[in-house]
Parts: sequence; structure tokens; C-alpha cells
Amino acid sequence: MRTTPAVAVAVVSLGLLAAACSGGGDGTSATSGGAAKPGKIAVAASDTDCKVATSQLPAGTSTFSVTNNGSKVTEFYVYAAGDRVMGEVENVVPGLTRDVIIELPAGSYQTACKPGMIGDGIRNALTVTGTSAPLTDNAKLADATASYKRYVQSQSETLLTKTQEFVDAVKAGDVDKAKALFPVARTYWERIEPVAEVFGDLDPAIDARENDVEPGQEWTGFHKIEKDLWVEKDISKDGPLADKLIADVTTIVQKANAATLSPVQLANGAKELLDEVATGKITGEEDRYSHTDLWDFDANLQGSQAAVQSLRPVLDERDPDLAKTLDDKFAAAEAALEQYRQGDGWKLHNELTKDDLKKLSDAINALAEPISKVAAVVAQ
Amino acid sequence: MSRISRRGLLGMGAAGVAGVAAAGAGALATRALIEEPAAHAESTGDPYPFYGRNQAGITTPAQDRLHFVAFDVITSKREELADLLQKWTAAAARMTQGRDAGPFGSVGGPLEAPPDDTGEALGLPASGLTLTIGFGSSLFDKRFGLADRRPAALADLPAFPGDELSPDISGGDICMQACAHDPQVAVHAIRNLARIGFGRVSVRYSQLGFGRTSSTSRAQTTPRNLLGFKDGTANIKLEDTSMLRDYVWAAPGDGPAWMDGGSYLVTRKIRMHVETWDRTSLGEQETIFGRDKGKGAPLTGHAEFDEPDLAKTGPDGQPVIPADSHVRLAHPSLHGGARLLRRGYNYVDGSDGLGRLDAGLFFMAYQRDPRKQFVPIQTELAAKDKLNEYIQHISSGVFACPPGVTDAGDYWGRALFS
Repeated sequence: MRTTPAVAVAVVSLGLLAAACSGGGDGTSATSGGAAKPGKIAVAASDTDCKVATSQLPAGTSTFSVTNNGSKVTEFYVYAAGDRVMGEVENVVPGLTRDVIIELPAGSYQTACKPGMIGDGIRNALTVTGTSAPLTDNAKLADATASYKRYVQSQSETLLTKTQEFVDAVKAGDVDKAKALFPVARTYWERIEPVAEVFGDLDPAIDARENDVEPGQEWTGFHKIEKDLWVEKDISKDGPLADKLIADVTTIVQKANAATLSPVQLANGAKELLDEVATGKITGEEDRYSHTDLWDFDANLQGSQAAVQSLRPVLDERDPDLAKTLDDKFAAAEAALEQYRQGDGWKLHNELTKDDLKKLSDAINALAEPISKVAAVVAQ
Repeated sequence: MSRISRRGLLGMGAAGVAGVAAAGAGALATRALIEEPAAHAESTGDPYPFYGRNQAGITTPAQDRLHFVAFDVITSKREELADLLQKWTAAAARMTQGRDAGPFGSVGGPLEAPPDDTGEALGLPASGLTLTIGFGSSLFDKRFGLADRRPAALADLPAFPGDELSPDISGGDICMQACAHDPQVAVHAIRNLARIGFGRVSVRYSQLGFGRTSSTSRAQTTPRNLLGFKDGTANIKLEDTSMLRDYVWAAPGDGPAWMDGGSYLVTRKIRMHVETWDRTSLGEQETIFGRDKGKGAPLTGHAEFDEPDLAKTGPDGQPVIPADSHVRLAHPSLHGGARLLRRGYNYVDGSDGLGRLDAGLFFMAYQRDPRKQFVPIQTELAAKDKLNEYIQHISSGVFACPPGVTDAGDYWGRALFS
């Protein structure tokens, strides 16, 4: 975790949570059940014309099917007032038809084709009427949040069990057993960390690294015990630390199970888990004494995938290309990591070469870029 | 238009020109040690055209700043690579005209999505940005079925005496040269292209250059390298149309047709041991270069552009321009007339941990065929140049830079992939 950003994220996330619970009305919306969903709207683009099949649309999601009959590559845009881009498709080469799904609340818009991909384009008015329902009314999105909630419940149960075993080993002075359990307990923590981060002050108490601790604060949690196990080689005084760790984990598990993440929070959580991999695990900063970073890496990756999978029905409907890309890139990242599996666990971070780490970094970059696009898709 | 442009195109452009002209006059007044023509439109915010027969960034009057990057291609799918080249071309066409990298831009997209432009160039003009792509020999291995399209001129360089090359900063499947008058604009361009490439390419190395060391137009003054000497006096320039034809652009019949109108780029990172150089006497320095340090005149002449007289001897019977001097060894007359279009940049990568500047020249030279141009010239220099005591070549790259993108329906390397 990163202390300062984590607190900021928590504030923002709670804000989003409140907005989601209050039933939207903030512009994020989905197709209403009442308005008849229109079929594809044909757009005939040429070098001199931009014929949109209709100038009137019901509010909600519409698919524009742009056919380029001209000789120049073209682009198609829908602009709101002030040329704010509501949606666009680029690089429609002559002879080709490309679809673009655009969500339009009621209002006045302009459509534009840009032959040659330059200038203000050939514009026409587009009027959108009616209402669209708030995001959380969408059954698939509601299902996504429920599905992820089930995942958090299953992971947090095991987190409690494994943390208890780790704490018991520490209190019993069993160094070997505690060392073996350390990365295992953390696996369940790392899978659901975005949920934990919503509860700002508990996350640092459980997961702060030595340099995250502010002056005057006491350093507690997993990483303090990690240092005592691997560096100080003395856990004889860690009984109170162990008790505090299981108490904090118990509290955060209760809170996490009571919370419901919004679809946008889920999407952002999936991205944040990969940010954790990029900044903490690939660098070896997370588990700097035990070097068990690849356990956390794997757990972050799985947690990210679980969040995306919860959103899968929505993604399949709204952006199947993105869903396919995510499948490919998750598989590629898993394959990249898989080479370092050893026994029931993973190689140590300091056993990997710079070249190995660069390949892992490339795989995470390849996955995190498309994942960063999920939030906007589910917020449509 | 105002939304998609990073600035008001016309108004600010004109103001920018006037402002720079005034600043240029001031600089001349305080540094008027030697009479030089005033620099022309080389510091304006104006864009250069992206589309054309040849790629921009080769004969374009050398801009002040460089960000160079080499990528390894990490996808194994040919269609993904071709698709990336199309996306890169579209983004480059926008950014070189002072627009954002993507259609939504830095701030025009939905709040829930990351912006499709990283934003650090928001409000900045095009700043003369050019983006120039090249393909390394490693791209022509088995991965993408391009082996039979590798030009013979894209040959690996031989090992030269004294080379201390680091593989980490050498080679690469694809290179991208971003040149601009504003370093923020050059860095922005490379950062956005790298971002677009995630999952398909991986940055192998990148290099910032802060001062051009060559002039590629007669309108430009000759700049100095970090050894304090004028560099590139005898460079091929934009106005030398017959030399461009003979020595820069690949012509039909030279090799595969996809390179017609392209050029070959050789890059060498040359570390300069500036501390030992600075302890060298002025006379010794001038003897090593074969030129006067102030004006850049050859030791046999009086003005910068005087032709060196390699035959002239002094009272001691020895050549005035010594046998092991830089200007003699690099002179076209020793290489059957072969010349290069040099486009290098000074670099300082901080210090080296021993209290010395980690500094030198990021040498870049465009040419029609490195086997007939860079290789014979460097063979001579590596063996004999007195300057070698003060410099070390630490990286190397050769790239086939395809012809220009003709219009919005074309893309970088289309002829190679089709």
C-alpha cells in the first residue's frame, strides 16, 4: 500500500459509494426499460456528405454504423454543446463500415464526419429526447456488485483463518511456520485490498511498510512482523503486534462484508490492484525482507481478474472487443508469471533477473492499459 | 477546432515568432564574440507538415531538442504490429500539428476514463515537432515474416576498434526520433506513443538530447558540441538537393521498393571524457580537430566554410591539417565523396558516480547506404582519430527509416507490411 494516496482514494471511493447509493442522477445512466431501443443508426459518409439516418433519438445507448463511401479516411463524432465529445470512431477507411456505441442523455447534439480526418467536419443536428434510468437500476450491473460481494466474502473468510494461523505461529515463537504462513495469509489480503483501502486508517495499521509510517505513529502489521522474522530474527516480543494484527483484520473483514462497491469502484479496484503490482511488487518494495513479492503479485492479479469477471456481462454487452482484449492480456500476464512458480509458491523476488522483471512489467502494462478503460464503459 | 487544438493556432503562432526574434537579438548582443547570421524560423512554435514523400525530421532544420526511443516488439502477431503502426501514425499526425494524441484529448473525455492524451503539452504549440520512425534489423527475423524484405543496406555494423558497446542501449526493433524546440513537447510525444504501444512494444532504451550539434539548413548557424567545437560545418543540408539525392534518400533499385524515398539511420552514443579534454591546451585541441575553435575555420583557412586544404604543409614539412586530425579522416575526399547527413544531439545524463559528467554526443546520421558511407568513414576514424583519447562509443544502432506517410489513408511502413 501507499499511505498518502490510499487515504485520498478512500475519500474519493466513499464519495462514489454515496453517489451510487443515492440512486445516481449525476449524469451516469443506462438505457431505460421504457424507451424502445433503436436499431443501428446508419451513417453514410462521403467526401462531401454525412447522412445520419435519423435526427431524433430516444435517450440511452445507440449504435451508429458508419459507412465510408468516400475516397478519404474519415472519422465520426457526436458532440454535445461546446464540442464535448460524447463518442467517436476514428480511421474509417474508404469502403469500410465501423460501429460505435454512444450513450446520449436527452439534449441537443451535433454529428460530424471528418473526411481526411481534419477540420471541423460536416455537421448535422441530433436531438435526443426522453429519460434514461440511473446506472444501478441496470440488472447486470446490480448483479456485478452482488457477485463481487460474494467473492469478497469468500476471500475474507480465508483471510481470517490464515491470519489467525500466522498470528498463532508468531505467538508460539515458531519462526519457520510463521515464515511459511506469511505469504499465504497475505495472498487473501492482496486479492481484496481495494476493498480494504476504502477503510483508510485500518489499511496502514495492517499493511504499512517502514517508510510509510509517519513520525509519532507506531509501525504495526504484517511488514513489522516480516522484518522481525527475516531481519531481526527475533519475534519473542511480537505477541502484542500479532494480537493487534488479527484484531485489525477482523474489523476490516466485518466492514468489507458490510460494504457494497459500486460498478465504477469495482472497475477502479481492478486497475488499482495492477497499479500495486507495477509500483510495489515488480520493484520488490512490498516484501523487502522476505522477498515473497510474487505471492502478492499473483494475488493482485487474481483479485483484479475477479473484479473484472463480475463486470463481465456488462462488458460483453457494451464493449465485447475490450472484454476479449482483457481475456488475452490476463492470460498473457498469468503465463508470464507462471514461469516463476516453485513448489506450492513462487520464486523469490531477488532470484529474478532484471530481464525477467522487465517481461513481467511489460505484461502488466499490456493489461493495465485496457483495464483503465473499464470504468468508463460501466459508467456509460 | 479550438477544442482539439492545444492552442489558438494563428494568433499565438505569430506572437511566438515575434517573441523569439526579439529574444534572439538579445542573445546575440551579449554573446557577439563572433559574427554569425541570426537564426531564422528555428525556434518558433509552428508545425512542420506530417505528410510527404519523405519523412519529416531528416532534412527538417534540426530542432533544439531530442527524445529518441528504441522499442522491442513484444507481440508475436504481425497484424497487431501493423495495427500499432496505424495507431502511431494517426497519433503522430495529430501531435506534430500541435493537437492531442487522441480524439478526446487531455481533458475532453469522460470523467471515468483516463484521458487519451497525457496532458503535459496542453497549451503548448506544435514547437516544430517531427516524429521519424525506423526499423532495426532484428525486426526482420522470423517473427513477422519480414525476413525476405530486409534491405541489404540494413546490415549490422562491423565491430570498430575501441567500441565499448552496451547491448542495453543498442539496437532495437523500432526506433522513434522526436525532435522539437521544446523538450516537453518531444517527451510528451514519445510518452504517448509508448503508452499506445503497451502490450505490443516495450521501451528498450530512450535518450534525451538537449542541444543540436548539427545544422541541416543553410539558414541555421553551426552549433557546438560539448568539446566546444563547431560540429557539422560540412554537413549535408536541406538546400543541397543533389547531395540529398546521392547520399541521403534510398532510390528505386537500391533495395526493396518499400524503402524508396526512405533513409538509413545510424545512431552511436558517444561518451565524451570532458574533464580530461578541458585540461588539454587550446593548440592541442585545434590540432586534434584540424579546425580553429573560435570560428570553426580549417587550420588552412580563415572562415568556417573555407574548404580544408589537406595537401598544405607547414614550415616543418608536415601537413598543416595533421594526418590524424578529425577533419581530415572524416573528409569526403578520403571516402570517394561519401557524406552523411548528421543530426546529433548533446546529452548529459547526470553524473557518473565518480564526480564526472556523464556527457557526450548522441550521434545520428542519415544516409542512403551505411555500408558505403558510415562504415568506411568510421573505420578510418576508429583506427586513427586522435580524438579517440577523449571519446568512447557506448551504443550503436542501425535503422531503415521508410519513406514518408503520403496522406491520412497511409501509415508508417504500409508498403513493408502489405
